[in-house]
Amino acid sequence: MKQTARIISTYTADVSGVNSALFELGGMTVMHDASGCNSTYNTHDEPRWYDFDSMVFLSGLSEMEAIMGDDDKLIDDIVSAANQFHPKFIAVAGTPIPMMIGTDLRAVASVVEKRTGIPAFGFSTNGMHTYVQGASAALEAIADRFVTEQRPKTAQLSVNLLGVTPLDFSVNGSAEHLKTALEARGITVVSSWAMGDTLETLQNASSAHVNLVVSRSGIGAAKVLRERFGIPYVTGRPYGKFTDKLAKSIQKAAESGENLCPQIQRENAKIVVIGEGVSAMSLANAISCDPVIHSHARFIAATEFAECYLDREDRIARDEDELLPLLGGAQVIIADPLYQPICPKTAKFVGLGHEGFSGRIFRDEIPDLTESLAWLAERL
Amino acid sequence: MLKRMGRELDTTGAMLPIGQATFPAPFKSELEYSCSARGTWNIVHTGFLVPEAHEIFACAAGCLRGVVLTAAEMNAQDRFSTIEIRENNVLEGDMEDLLIDGVTDILGKLPYKPRAVLLYTSCIHHFIGCDLKLCYARLRERFPDIDFTDCYMNPIMRKSGLTPDQLMRRGLYALLKPRELHPKKLNMIGNNLATDKTCELYTIAERAGFSVTEIHDCKDYDAYQSMAEACMNLCFNPVGKAGGEALEQRLGQKLLYLPLSYDYDEITRILGEYAAALGTETPDFTGETALCEEALSHAKTVIGDAPVVIDYTATMRPLSLAKLLLTHGFNVTAIYADSFTGEDRGDFAWLQANHPDLPVYATVQVKMRMLPRETSEKTLAIGQKAAYFTSSPYFVNTVECGGFYGFTGIRQMLLLMEEAFVHEKDTRKLIQIKGLGCGCV
Repeated sequence: MKQTARIISTYTADVSGVNSALFELGGMTVMHDASGCNSTYNTHDEPRWYDFDSMVFLSGLSEMEAIMGDDDKLIDDIVSAANQFHPKFIAVAGTPIPMMIGTDLRAVASVVEKRTGIPAFGFSTNGMHTYVQGASAALEAIADRFVTEQRPKTAQLSVNLLGVTPLDFSVNGSAEHLKTALEARGITVVSSWAMGDTLETLQNASSAHVNLVVSRSGIGAAKVLRERFGIPYVTGRPYGKFTDKLAKSIQKAAESGENLCPQIQRENAKIVVIGEGVSAMSLANAISCDPVIHSHARFIAATEFAECYLDREDRIARDEDELLPLLGGAQVIIADPLYQPICPKTAKFVGLGHEGFSGRIFRDEIPDLTESLAWLAERL
Repeated sequence: MLKRMGRELDTTGAMLPIGQATFPAPFKSELEYSCSARGTWNIVHTGFLVPEAHEIFACAAGCLRGVVLTAAEMNAQDRFSTIEIRENNVLEGDMEDLLIDGVTDILGKLPYKPRAVLLYTSCIHHFIGCDLKLCYARLRERFPDIDFTDCYMNPIMRKSGLTPDQLMRRGLYALLKPRELHPKKLNMIGNNLATDKTCELYTIAERAGFSVTEIHDCKDYDAYQSMAEACMNLCFNPVGKAGGEALEQRLGQKLLYLPLSYDYDEITRILGEYAAALGTETPDFTGETALCEEALSHAKTVIGDAPVVIDYTATMRPLSLAKLLLTHGFNVTAIYADSFTGEDRGDFAWLQANHPDLPVYATVQVKMRMLPRETSEKTLAIGQKAAYFTSSPYFVNTVECGGFYGFTGIRQMLLLMEEAFVHEKDTRKLIQIKGLGCGCV
């Protein structure tokens, strides 16, 4: 039966995706929820929580407030906190009960903005989608609201990195190495959405030639920047030798204005990669062109993804029941260690920790594969 | 990139001198912040105390995330499964089918047959009016040799009626089936951490010829079921009391509520009532109080006038502990608590009268995210939240009084305080581990 999990984990939810995407930008994010979402987020989904005092709060929705539809308390509480902290923006993200009672979070944000004079967004997250949907909506809102001015293009070929959160890049240096990997290939990084850069830096995004969507969390912003400034986007995450292919696509997109999703020819794949769509696709491509591994890979996107990016053997699957038949025949499975219990014993399992799935459990063991797949090659 | 802004804030709204605080909820209900201290148990940890039971949670993915990873961090995924509620289920109203078929599907796939299933439903079921009685009836028909009990992950109810924590501790014993009561058997109920067996609750029971069983002692489901034979349930944790009342009504087991205290007179009175209920003489506690005085004196020589801060997660009676320490010369400088239980009322009044300037800090108030977390001198923190908010590496790493009770409990707490004051701990690492004492890594 779909929707059951005998043993495997579940991905970070959309509401945490909003928090994660906006964490470093100086805003205040409010989860409209009773409780639980806050501790889940800051325990399992947010490695920066202990050290950095980002303003991510909870509304503490009660049964009576939900029954009576008391949005005034939510609005008053947000305004009160905003008046104390003066955030650069305010985001309100929904959870299951606000969805059920039909809370209009965009209207709530609009009232908050009028009362505080601070830009405010409402996100109709409901805890029923994965983080990529929430993070994508959050970064889209930032692009839409704050990147409004066409700034001069950089002299050198340049990109914005869209969709960079610890949920996909952990805190092991991967986010920083995205920049160095591209710079080594003559591509400047204007801004990283949204690790390591400020809101002010993100406002320079229109000066980039191309956007690089490094996780599905970046697609919303990519579309806004495409529509508003004509910036094409390339979809793919730098991994090992695949980064060369990405760099060529970035060059090509800058010249042609086309959106591109580079692929390595992959067939008779013996290796299966499970994970976030863009990461899993890119890793499958990187494996398939790696000079040491000499084997092809297919991928299963376990978070929201676009069918158009799938090659013949690739799939989108989320539930245990959907996944199980797709793993038959695999010689090697590369996935978060919490997938191992459902993987066939006949396949070699290589655990590749993913914060968006197992949270902090394997954080210390997550390798940075940006520059090289050597770590992976040793285990295959 | 990211900078602390707390120095620009004052403590208004996040701190009150106890003399100006109202009982039991001193702070305004506003947006909330959740600090990094994670040692308190959640409903997953507590449910796993039932041996040979399997937990199934039915809720939205966002709510599942925290509980799934709790189980994973306990390395207990094999006793844990989930049913994910999606938008279509809410819209189509097929919640009962999803629950019944989901549980059936999971039980069909498990490599073992659990003796019991703890089925956790959520706020969504509550709001949508899911017919849970029907669901449980169908499941019991389908699986007559598995016991089912209702558990709840409905935090939206935390401000009305029994809290999810109280419901969980009640649910822990809901699987017990009626048995003939044994006149010399007692249960200790309502605790996440096992009670220290050297405490007076055990020694008095032993002297009166009673045996005491706590759920932690039960190695299998049969042993757990034998708890239904006890004639009385002992409970010293306020959040466990509702479970005792339910058992009294359902199984006829008399509830003896013996609240934790750090006050000699209160402990003596409570233990006197306890001894009387067991039909034995009240022991003379003169020696016990003398030993406590000795221990207090010794701890004072170690800790001296260093600031001592206490949070509500370390013990169910933070104000009683504060009173004990203040009356023995310790320099208690802050309490961290968002509200107080009824048991705190007397100590609250005493502190208002005798130490009206003692600061009470909220732990969830949003300013606590920003206010400086530091102290200017070596500070002893009792509890993880107190340690977090003071950034003190000298802290008593415990929750729920550590299972220590009575006069022996006072002495054990003092030993923990001495140890904590002498030996530095890795606060950042330790307080982020979930469910202290439950096996989480």
